[in-house]
Amino acid sequence: MNKNITARAFVFGKNIDTDQIYPGRYLELVKPEDIARHCLEGADPDFVKNMEKGDIVVAGTNFGCGSSREHAPITLISAGVSLVLAESFARIFFRNSINLALPLMVCPGISQKISSGDQLQVDIENGIVKNLTTGKTIQGEKISEYAMDILEAGGIKPLMKKRLGK
Amino acid sequence: MHAIEKILAKAAGKESVRAGEIVNCKIDFCEINDLYLQTVYSFYEMGGEKVWDNEKATFVFDHYSPALTIKTAQIHKEMRDFVKEQDLKYHFDINKGVCHQVMPEAGVVWPGMILVATDSHTTTHGAFGAFGTGLGATDMATVLITGELWFRVPEVVNIEINGSLPKGVYAKDVILMILGQLKADAAVYKAIEFSGSYVEGLGVADRMTICNMAVEMGAKTAYMIPNDKVLEYVGKRTDKEFIIHETDEDFEYDETYVFDVSDLSPQLAVPHSVDNVFPVEEVEKVKVNQAFIGSCTGGRLEDLEAAYEILKGRKVHEDVRLVIIPASDEVYQKAMERGYVQELMKAGATFAATGCGPCLGTHAGLLADGEVCISATNRNFPGRMGSTGGQIYLSSPAGVAASAYKGCITDPREVIEEGEDNE
Repeated sequence: MNKNITARAFVFGKNIDTDQIYPGRYLELVKPEDIARHCLEGADPDFVKNMEKGDIVVAGTNFGCGSSREHAPITLISAGVSLVLAESFARIFFRNSINLALPLMVCPGISQKISSGDQLQVDIENGIVKNLTTGKTIQGEKISEYAMDILEAGGIKPLMKKRLGK
Repeated sequence: MHAIEKILAKAAGKESVRAGEIVNCKIDFCEINDLYLQTVYSFYEMGGEKVWDNEKATFVFDHYSPALTIKTAQIHKEMRDFVKEQDLKYHFDINKGVCHQVMPEAGVVWPGMILVATDSHTTTHGAFGAFGTGLGATDMATVLITGELWFRVPEVVNIEINGSLPKGVYAKDVILMILGQLKADAAVYKAIEFSGSYVEGLGVADRMTICNMAVEMGAKTAYMIPNDKVLEYVGKRTDKEFIIHETDEDFEYDETYVFDVSDLSPQLAVPHSVDNVFPVEEVEKVKVNQAFIGSCTGGRLEDLEAAYEILKGRKVHEDVRLVIIPASDEVYQKAMERGYVQELMKAGATFAATGCGPCLGTHAGLLADGEVCISATNRNFPGRMGSTGGQIYLSSPAGVAASAYKGCITDPREVIEEGEDNE
């Protein structure tokens, strides 16, 4: 996993729910490339058109609230989002993302300190976000050891395979 | 320790646990709904062969029930194959209902257990004093293989609700009011206990409605001390022996909020968030195109009864379609025995097969661009019930029925009083 990411930020508001991340009407889709097409469609219908692989999603509190659908992290990963920075994350979304190896970092106050289009340099290991556009630095919370182990293994599936000796 | 901590400690084989600690717990029962075929795929991808206990895992077909497309038919087919192959004792096919209703009915929910399901509304089972929480598909696959799951022991928020409700005001109004006051991120990653004199006397259906929506405040789980009504309900459905853990007197809650509901008005969550809540008096009487009663929040017998009381002898407004989906086959049959279904159909309601229906925008009554729906469900996010241009108002089932009758957002008390004047 890449622990140093430099990419552009797309900023969203608070309480971005899983229906905005991935509308329920597309839940029957199973191919990652199909799922990718609807990423964050409910919050910004042009997001997929405007983003580039590796870009960073930034949001306020309670990102990923709502349903337990794993399609929410799958769509972000498949669309090419490298990292999500938010003031807080909803619990099921948090677990799902870590399990699928999408890094998430809690960064208090971040939605006020970054604008869409800003270039960010993120040191995931130490929880540091540098806004290269404004020159400001934001200290986020370091990812817990437990979650980092899963991320470094590439998700829960490789970890479990190892545990089962497969 | 709190009762919730004692549940986790017991399941983790520990004397005690504290908030923030990560513990590995044995799971008493798990459920996968029909959105999550990925669970089966992940199970095999990770090297799973046999489900750890074939009496402790089940599938419920509710979100796509009955199958609405060829793709969803395929999902059901592959799930049925898995159920047969693994010889699972419990299986709820398209004829049963919404998972959070059919599991308690089938006697697989009891106080003090840990229940995980691939559905965020698993907090519902706090109504029975169970630790219920939602998971994603891959997390669930690890449960199917190992029978265990890690949890972060949550802080507990105490929401004390006192008083008794005025006529025309219901449990749904109580939880909407609390959501409006505390907001959607009030309890992210925490547990919520509902306590107080109002909760102590509450029936099973109302307890379920309140715990169901705890997740809309971000809660990991909800908890109510089981009362006599719960013990009677559970006792009729399972002979399982269980322990009711008591919270220690010196336990310190993360936060305590106190509400009195004696003067509460009917509440509405207006578009587009669950915490955008106002008393009905302050909401504009906008015209509604669809009214929906159903789901794990508002599809129980008591909810259909409230709609029946309002609509008996009346007609649904000509510009409104009223869709009703009983939460389970048991609810549906009892509603027929009591004559609710017949009377509601006479009023102009459309009944659809048991399941989640349009609540999450998959089928059975979606919204077109610009349409307004008043709904007894749990979420009004943009696009939740179809077009992102749809507007969803959340209300009690009585509020939905009253609005269906008048053709616009309506205070159910007005219609109830109108009926009384005529009697």
